[in-house]
Amino acid sequence: MVGWAVALHGGGGDIPIDLPDERRIPRETALRHCLDLGISALKSGKHPLDVTELVVRELENHPDFNAGKGSVLTAQGTVEMEASIMDGKTKSCGAVSGLTTVVNPVSLARLVMEKTPHIYLAFDAAEDFARTHGVETVESSHFITPENIARLKQAKEFNRVQLDYTAPTPKEPEIFGDSQTGTVGCVAVDSAGNLAAATSTGGYVNKMAGRIGDSPIIGAGTYANHLCAVSATGKGEYIIRATLAREVAALMEYKGLSLTEAAAYAVEHSGPRGTCGLVAVSANGEVAMPFNTNGMFRACATEDGYTEVAIWPKK
Amino acid sequence: MGRWAIAVHGGAGIDPNLPVEKQEQAKQLLTRCLNLGIAALRSNVSAIDVVELVVRELETDPLFNSGRGSALTENGTVEMEASIMDGTKRRCGAVSGITTVKNPISLARLVMDKSPHSYLAFSGAEDFARKQGVETVENDYFVTEDNVGMLKLAKEANSILFDYRVPLIGCAGAAVTDSPLQMNGLPISIYAPETVGCVVVDGEGRCAAGTSTGGLMNKMMGRIGDSPLIGAGTYASELCGVSCTGEGEAIIRSTLARDVSAVMEYKGVGLQEAVDYVIKERLDEGFAGLIAVSSKGEVVCGFNCNGMFRGCATEDGFMEVAMWE
Repeated sequence: MVGWAVALHGGGGDIPIDLPDERRIPRETALRHCLDLGISALKSGKHPLDVTELVVRELENHPDFNAGKGSVLTAQGTVEMEASIMDGKTKSCGAVSGLTTVVNPVSLARLVMEKTPHIYLAFDAAEDFARTHGVETVESSHFITPENIARLKQAKEFNRVQLDYTAPTPKEPEIFGDSQTGTVGCVAVDSAGNLAAATSTGGYVNKMAGRIGDSPIIGAGTYANHLCAVSATGKGEYIIRATLAREVAALMEYKGLSLTEAAAYAVEHSGPRGTCGLVAVSANGEVAMPFNTNGMFRACATEDGYTEVAIWPKK
Repeated sequence: MGRWAIAVHGGAGIDPNLPVEKQEQAKQLLTRCLNLGIAALRSNVSAIDVVELVVRELETDPLFNSGRGSALTENGTVEMEASIMDGTKRRCGAVSGITTVKNPISLARLVMDKSPHSYLAFSGAEDFARKQGVETVENDYFVTEDNVGMLKLAKEANSILFDYRVPLIGCAGAAVTDSPLQMNGLPISIYAPETVGCVVVDGEGRCAAGTSTGGLMNKMMGRIGDSPLIGAGTYASELCGVSCTGEGEAIIRSTLARDVSAVMEYKGVGLQEAVDYVIKERLDEGFAGLIAVSSKGEVVCGFNCNGMFRGCATEDGFMEVAMWE
């Protein structure tokens, strides 16, 4: 009999070690809060699909992470959100992209999985589907925060697509002391070995309208099977070509690596330094949270009482 | 110095009662596309360029479900998607929700080569197409009479259909009793294959793959299938190039194309064994097929459903166009 485990992330990237308290503490508190939510849910016997959905909803609602409210902006100054969710046992999955008014993209992804014969719906049609099913929607302005307006301005000034965590280089004037936002995600396993993974994001600052990243792509940003559940974060284009989330499971299946080895190997081989990170749990209740970026907002807990909330690599 | 090889497909899961003239047309188109690819390979065109030009040909011809001749959405419109991948550096490009671009595979290539992203969709993709000066047409260019008829049939049957190439010979009810074979939970006579694809390894041992489709007949607007998803419908690495077709949902959840390469990379097996393994072990109750080439010049087709429109050729002169086992 193995124990439950849960891990979540608020995005990986170039998070400066001298992040000011007023930027660091709210995020650590949020991670701790979401972790506690996940822990209670598992303790009360909720299925990992429910656990990952509720944790990601909480992260989406928090304005300091790049998902739902607080999503980074496209080149047009709008939000386009995407998410996916996967059940390890059945390998059922759901994904959505191009959302502009749906309050909780991860829940819409779940609805696609459970209420349609399809896996993936996007843009106007996904929005229509949300309305038809009475899913909570709001004015797009709800998702837009002053910090993200500033980030977009900064990115446009330097005419580049910016991974949301990229800190400004010394030559560039700093608008804020940070760019700490990033994809969010959660993975969970219960004591019966049921696994689930979910990921949600606003994408890249200043991205082209219509750009889809790794978060809604099954196998790239999200994956779960009978062995493990994985949610990735980082530079979407690398994660897609490396099928990062699937890679962890493939290494376990085909090379017999343990979760920790597989997760570390996958991150190391998916791209140069500074491109990705992930959280993963195994059917045995293990947790791994490797990343090759400067930092990754993350938290995890296992049934034996271990908990962790962290941003930078452990010494 | 490697040997080149090429494979093309026009979809997996074929009605055993498909009229002979349709079978002939399919074979001719596959042969023509193979010959195009072969001529290019003989003139040292690179794998990625060959994939693009062959898939363009498949998209332009209205016979298969891609480009012109795409299956229709529930609203009677066409929404196309495609992806392409270059195995050498694993660069990739994909598009979805395309409604006016004549050749979606070429737009996917432009996303790969000319944008900072890997995947563009819907109006954002269409805007990108215009900025790139890509050839665009009205949506009804892609709509064929056959498919308008099929959509009507699908709605009558009130089910999601893979496109149905058999001419209307009666109502959906009669078709249901024609054959006990099933695909996606439907009798095979009201299911027909969808998606086209091409995989190539060139004389330098470089692999590439591309897939293009109009998707499921009567699909919900905005529905994205496996064809534009890297790892699901398309994958290419230093070892192989893969393009899949069949039940999209099954292909996505099994990350079918990626798994062929992963099995080769991590279990060290050859192409045939890898393809056999994923078709047998990865699809669970799903039905699908795939074509694949390896950097060594091998070509393999595999499918667990009733037939797949396919063709393959290798540098030593081997050439085959087939539909059934």
